[in-house]
Amino acid sequence: MTVATDFAPSESLREGATSAIESRRGSPFMNPYLAGIGLGLVLLAAFFIMGRGLGASGAFSSATALAVEKVAPEHARANDFYLGYLESGLDGHAMKSWLVFEVLGVLMGGFFSGALAGRLSPTVDKGPRISIRGRLAFAFAGGLLMGVGAKFARGCTSGQALSGGALLNVGSWAFMIMVFAGAYAMAFFVRRQWI
Amino acid sequence: MMAPFFKYDLFGDEFSLIVAVLIGFAFGFFLERAGFGSARKLTAQFYLTDLAVFKVMFTAIVTAMLGAFYLSWMGFLDLSLVYLSTTYLAPQLLGGVLLGFGFVVGGYCPGTSVVGMATGRVDALVYGAGLIAGIFAFGEAYPYMEGFVYSTDMGAITLPQLFGVPYGLVMLVIVLIALLGFWAAPSIERYFGNRLTEEV
Repeated sequence: MTVATDFAPSESLREGATSAIESRRGSPFMNPYLAGIGLGLVLLAAFFIMGRGLGASGAFSSATALAVEKVAPEHARANDFYLGYLESGLDGHAMKSWLVFEVLGVLMGGFFSGALAGRLSPTVDKGPRISIRGRLAFAFAGGLLMGVGAKFARGCTSGQALSGGALLNVGSWAFMIMVFAGAYAMAFFVRRQWI
Repeated sequence: MMAPFFKYDLFGDEFSLIVAVLIGFAFGFFLERAGFGSARKLTAQFYLTDLAVFKVMFTAIVTAMLGAFYLSWMGFLDLSLVYLSTTYLAPQLLGGVLLGFGFVVGGYCPGTSVVGMATGRVDALVYGAGLIAGIFAFGEAYPYMEGFVYSTDMGAITLPQLFGVPYGLVMLVIVLIALLGFWAAPSIERYFGNRLTEEV
């Protein structure tokens, strides 16, 4: 397992020309504006073909609801939150939902792009000043906060900020501003993890 | 007018799942291309040393926003059939703050964590476990806070409707904000990048 060596500030950072974080393994990342146009066209295709936007957290919710139902069926079905996800899939299958299949696609597309670029290998992504155990503890805690937050917000960066943002949805823009505000407010306290 | 195709019954539910995989594939592809499988690349946004998150996100929003508007204006797409989620202001503001905390603490958002997992990042996998734990915690607490979760219901509403201004004006403001950010980004990255190298 390689640790913290695959990404680092580029050489040019030390020369003061730029500070972009470049890939240390495989090919360089795509120009952000080109990648943004690509993502925007994917989102537009979702609007045009499906009449809906992209998403991610919903797929994790379906998986969670299904797991709860497997362990405690009556408990899950008595709760409207789990029930919503359990019944939203096709033919009564919780995992036969649009977002679950979309996220499976994300997994494959990410793997394909990483393979093309030579960027696949087991690693822990972190700054130089934190231990692996520390980083993994933060990763779990961050995921936990994100899980609760995404459910209050009814979506995450994909479903609300990106999809709702492009449709000028009021709740999505309010949400997006708070995401940046929250992240900048918290950044100082976890800086040892990244820089 | 014949789009959104799915809403005009050009294909059924089963086929929509194949579309889901294809759209997801392209989504994951571009996220990885941008470097968003890396937590360090993503969180650099919040230390202002690499503003790729802002650049990619706002380019994508502007592209899809203008694309949807013009396709609708030319009569190809019925924008009223594109799903607009209901705004529940208070829970969405709270959710946004928690998500922002989670982003910089965990290093990913749900979508990018999937790309992180796909490219071998153990921390993304642990993050995903945390995500499921968080959703479970929310689910267990849900019966006690259902009132708050559905509070401040504003309906499905857009910024132009809220402010009573033309759609085009709001689009113009968003494009200008994006362009201002793109214009300022290199100087910001240089300034904070240099400060950081001096500190470390």
